[in-house]
Formats: sequence, structure tokens, C-alpha cells
Amino acid sequence: MYTTEMQKTAQVVSAEDPEKLAAFEARVAADEFIEPKDWMPEAYRRTLTRQISQHAHSEIVGMLPEGNWITRAPSLRRKAILLAKVQDEAGHGLYLYSAAETLGTSREEMIEALHSGKAKYSTIFNYPTLIWADIGAIGWLVDGAAIMNQVPLQRTSYGPYARAMVRVCKEESFHQRQGYEIMMHLAAGTPEQKRMAQDALDRWWWPSLMMFGPTDDNSPNTAQSMRWRIKRDTNDELRQKFVDITKPQADAIGLTVPDPDLRWNEEKGGHDFGAVDWEEFYAVVRGEGPVARERMKARREAWESNAWVREAAVAHAEKRAAREAA
Amino acid sequence: MSKDWPLWEVFVRAKGGMSHRHVGSVHAPDAEIALRHARDTYTRRMEGVSLWVVPSAQIVASDPADDGPMFEPAEDKIYRHPTFYDIPDDVKHI
Repeated sequence: MYTTEMQKTAQVVSAEDPEKLAAFEARVAADEFIEPKDWMPEAYRRTLTRQISQHAHSEIVGMLPEGNWITRAPSLRRKAILLAKVQDEAGHGLYLYSAAETLGTSREEMIEALHSGKAKYSTIFNYPTLIWADIGAIGWLVDGAAIMNQVPLQRTSYGPYARAMVRVCKEESFHQRQGYEIMMHLAAGTPEQKRMAQDALDRWWWPSLMMFGPTDDNSPNTAQSMRWRIKRDTNDELRQKFVDITKPQADAIGLTVPDPDLRWNEEKGGHDFGAVDWEEFYAVVRGEGPVARERMKARREAWESNAWVREAAVAHAEKRAAREAA
Repeated sequence: MSKDWPLWEVFVRAKGGMSHRHVGSVHAPDAEIALRHARDTYTRRMEGVSLWVVPSAQIVASDPADDGPMFEPAEDKIYRHPTFYDIPDDVKHI
């Protein structure tokens, strides 16, 4: 899972010590890693805090659409796999929150920003999982898109983020393969099962392309983020790569990518594809996604109704400490 | 009678971007001297670019007697590994 930079305004350059700034820029340009105790420009810290925490939120919210199917998985095998995957997403959220905390923002502040609606997370999770095949489509397409974005982030300039990405990428491969396997089996099943697989692909294809974020000419922060090696490829480059890799995977199991303009372009050595509905993307970013309210309601309820567990843990720790002191 | 200085565990970051890794321990009366000892003991040949020292007494370790219940449950969850899934060879990049 992952998220993309969704802030539309260009960076304001603040007054930093020019000497320190130049040294920092040189280190980053030389592909050195920046670590928590190193000096860094405020804007770098701010951008990274936002990006890593959005990424963490995406992992956490990303558990909801899949968690929806754990009790209804069609076999014990599928259920165990889906449970393991959702458990991994929780783990990924934790790695990322920890990385973001090294920049000086507390876990509590980040959770609060998510629950108050102030923080963003990936638009993809505001679409509903209506049928079992959606679980296949999410693993194959959504995790596939996430991997495409996360692999280059293993070389991102901020050490703790890069190291979290190494762990995440290692674990993510099973997510995509289990999703593709679900689609493969459905596509080779009864006509009704194949229809379900196609229906899931039809609904998840375009939202998956949107996961890479706005087009390059609408992404004013990209240049700065690439210069700082926070980002290593542009949104459009990654989107193109995703289409080129995924289209043959759909062909291989007899499913059709829902884009009449999709065709191979020999000259550019890649596919041409239809226009993404950016109106829909920005509406989802604004919080108008089909199940955006449900998602935040579920998050807040989980946080509040389980508060007693956190309180009990603290009470228990205090009691033990008091006993030891006695 | 004198007694040993407290023990400190030493972690070295070999180069930028990597995690600190445990390399050993030193005795020292305080954190600052522990860092100096760690430098002299473990980084004489450019083994690292950053050092951490942690009081050994502060490390909480799992009990070896509990290894079974702690770690065995992961053994039969082979579906957590990508190789568990059979994807035809002609499907690429997955």
C-alpha cells in the first residue's frame, strides 16, 4: 500500500542557513542518506513528515476494505492468507509511523490528524470491496501499484524511511501474488466466477492508475522532491510502467483492461492509454470517495471503543512498577 | 573493593543508510566514556560512521526457554512467503 503527495501548492522556501543548506543539498545530490540527527532544512522535514505519515495512514486505513472480507473468505486457506496480509499492513503502518516519529512528530499527533480528517491517505481506500474478487484485484493491482512506487523509495534520501521501505517491499511480494492467484483461479472458473473477476478489474483499474497521483504537469512538488531524492520517479513515469507491466498480466488470464484506448505503441516502446478521470480523483482527495465517511467512522470507533485496552495496559504496568518499588 | 564499571552494548552504523548493528560491549563509568571506549574498541579501521551505546542492564531479552511458543507459530504460516503461490512462468514482473 502507499500514498502519494497530494498537496497542490508549490513549496515555500524558508530562510535557512545558506551554508548548511548547500552542504545538505550536496550530500543528497551525492546520494548520501540523511539520518535523524543530521541537520536538514525545515521544508525537507515537513515534506517527509507529511509523506511518511500519509503513507502510514494508508497502510492502516488499507486494512479496512480487506478486513471486510476476512469472515467471508471462501475457504480456510484464503482466510488464513487474508488474515496474514491484513496483519502485514498493520505492521507496515507501524514501521512507517516509527520512521515519521524520528522527524519529531509524535504518534499521537499523527493519529489525531488522521482521525480529525486533517491528514490524507491514499484515495484508493475510499472505494468499497463489494465482492470477493475485489480482494484479488486489490492484491494484484493496488499492491502492484504500491510495489512500483515503493521499490524506488528503498533508495529515498531519508535513512529511516528507506529502511522501512526495504522491509515493506520484502513483505509486499506475497500480497501481490496472492491477489493475482485469486484472479487467476476466478478467471479459470465458471462463467459466473470469470464475470466477477472482470467486474473487479473494471472497478479497480482506474482508481489504481490514480494511485500514482496527478499528472507531472499538475504536480508542482515533484521537482523539489526529486531534487531531494524523496521521490525517485515522476508520477507519470511510474503510471506508464504500471500499465506496461499489468496489461500482459491481464491478457495472460483472459481478462480485459477496461480502457478502449489502450494499445501498444511500438515507437515509444510502451502502451498508449486513455485519460484518467481527474475530476473523480480530486473529489476523492477532498473526501468525497464512495466510502470515505465509513472509513473514518470505522477508524474512530475502533480507536475509541478499544481505548480501555490501552488504559488497562497502562494500569497494569503501573501496578507492577508499584509492586516492584514496594 | 572496587567493582566493574557498568556494561554497555555497542551498535555501529557501517555506512549511511544502514541500520546500527550490534557489535559487542564495553565497560565504562558513564555514557560519554562508553562512547569513547566503543570508538576505540570497535571502529579503529573505519568500521562505521555512527555509534550507539546502550546500558546492557536496559536491554530486555526474550527467555530462551520460551523460544518455542515465541517463534514456532511462524513456521507453519508458509503462505506469508511469495514462493507459496504458483504463478505461471510466462506471467512477468510479479
